[in-house]
Amino acid sequence: MTLDPKPDHSRRGFLGAALTLTAGLAIVPGVILFEVAKPKAAQPSTAGVTSKVRWGLLIDTNKCEPGCDACVTACKTEHGWEGHGRPRTDPQWIRKIDIRDPKFGTERSLPVMCQHCAEPPCVDVCPTGASFKRADGIVLVDKHTCIGCRYCMMACPYKARSFVHEAQEDQKTHSPRGKGTVEGCNLCVHRVDRGGTPACVEACAAEAKGAIVFGDLNDPKSDISKRLARYPATRLRADLGTDNGVAYQGL
Amino acid sequence: MAKLSAVLVLFLAMTFVSLGTMAGDGVPKPDIPRGKGDRCVRDVDFMRKNHMDLLLHERDLTVHNGIRPAGEALTNCIACHSVKGANAEPITAKDPKHFCRECHDYAAVTIDCFECHASRPQAANKLTLFPIGERVTLSGRVTK
Repeated sequence: MTLDPKPDHSRRGFLGAALTLTAGLAIVPGVILFEVAKPKAAQPSTAGVTSKVRWGLLIDTNKCEPGCDACVTACKTEHGWEGHGRPRTDPQWIRKIDIRDPKFGTERSLPVMCQHCAEPPCVDVCPTGASFKRADGIVLVDKHTCIGCRYCMMACPYKARSFVHEAQEDQKTHSPRGKGTVEGCNLCVHRVDRGGTPACVEACAAEAKGAIVFGDLNDPKSDISKRLARYPATRLRADLGTDNGVAYQGL
Repeated sequence: MAKLSAVLVLFLAMTFVSLGTMAGDGVPKPDIPRGKGDRCVRDVDFMRKNHMDLLLHERDLTVHNGIRPAGEALTNCIACHSVKGANAEPITAKDPKHFCRECHDYAAVTIDCFECHASRPQAANKLTLFPIGERVTLSGRVTK
């Protein structure tokens, strides 16, 4: 019944291998292994995350229009968060901000969400290890271990995290969220693990101009890497050295 | 005198036995609703004792390692074991008739899974990419 604080990854690796080898065999009478086989449409993810990929977003602010919040709406629908008319405490996984250069008057509109830093300050300060970075670069909150201290919210330079103040019911099955825990953009891990793209990226492509590109920053052949190689991009507060997984073009 | 006390002892013993039987019959038992399908992911006996260990194990694999197997997930427990309420809709964990609550209330064991997790199945939604309630079997067949 006790939860091992340090998951034994080597054993899991072995179990994973054992699963693929003995799929479908009854190992012990009464212990039957299901799954493993993979249909194309609904692919259960059994491989696990790897540091060979680093997921990231590229946001082209030239294509992002002021007043458009398709990405925010899609995120709300996907994860079931909403405001309660209390801007100081409302949950906020992604927000649109409008900025203006005071000297030249240049205006830009852009979405800001968790920047999925390679050196995330939220992970540094978390006292329980609930705030963590997955091997593939996605920064998450493990709500099983989050105690709601909100240090990560204070440490984050991007105000990307929020705290759930209200008791929740009928959450989205794929996106558990509950009172007393911190939450933020999870780059739609449930989709990414099954080979999909985040909801905001899909919505921007379908309803707006496709300003957000999702992809593997480690793969030079990926669309996102090619775009980043061709045109210069900015990362928010690059001076902090957090090595963000989200980059902006046209800022 | 000895005979009388022996009779008395026998009488008392019989009273206690009969009282005990009555008490045994009177204890309410949890009314465990049957799940869908013909069997669970493991034996019923195994699940009764160890379901919490399976859930704990899976949660770390899923959250930290992104391993999302099709069968043994809380989502699938809820899909098979959902109980319909008066309006023919699946009930949430707020209702004492909820599958998990039937036993947990009886055993006075508080669970906090549903502080964060959905306690009733949702209609399969294209956004989840993996329709809820479907299970991939060994042959690669997707069963409802």
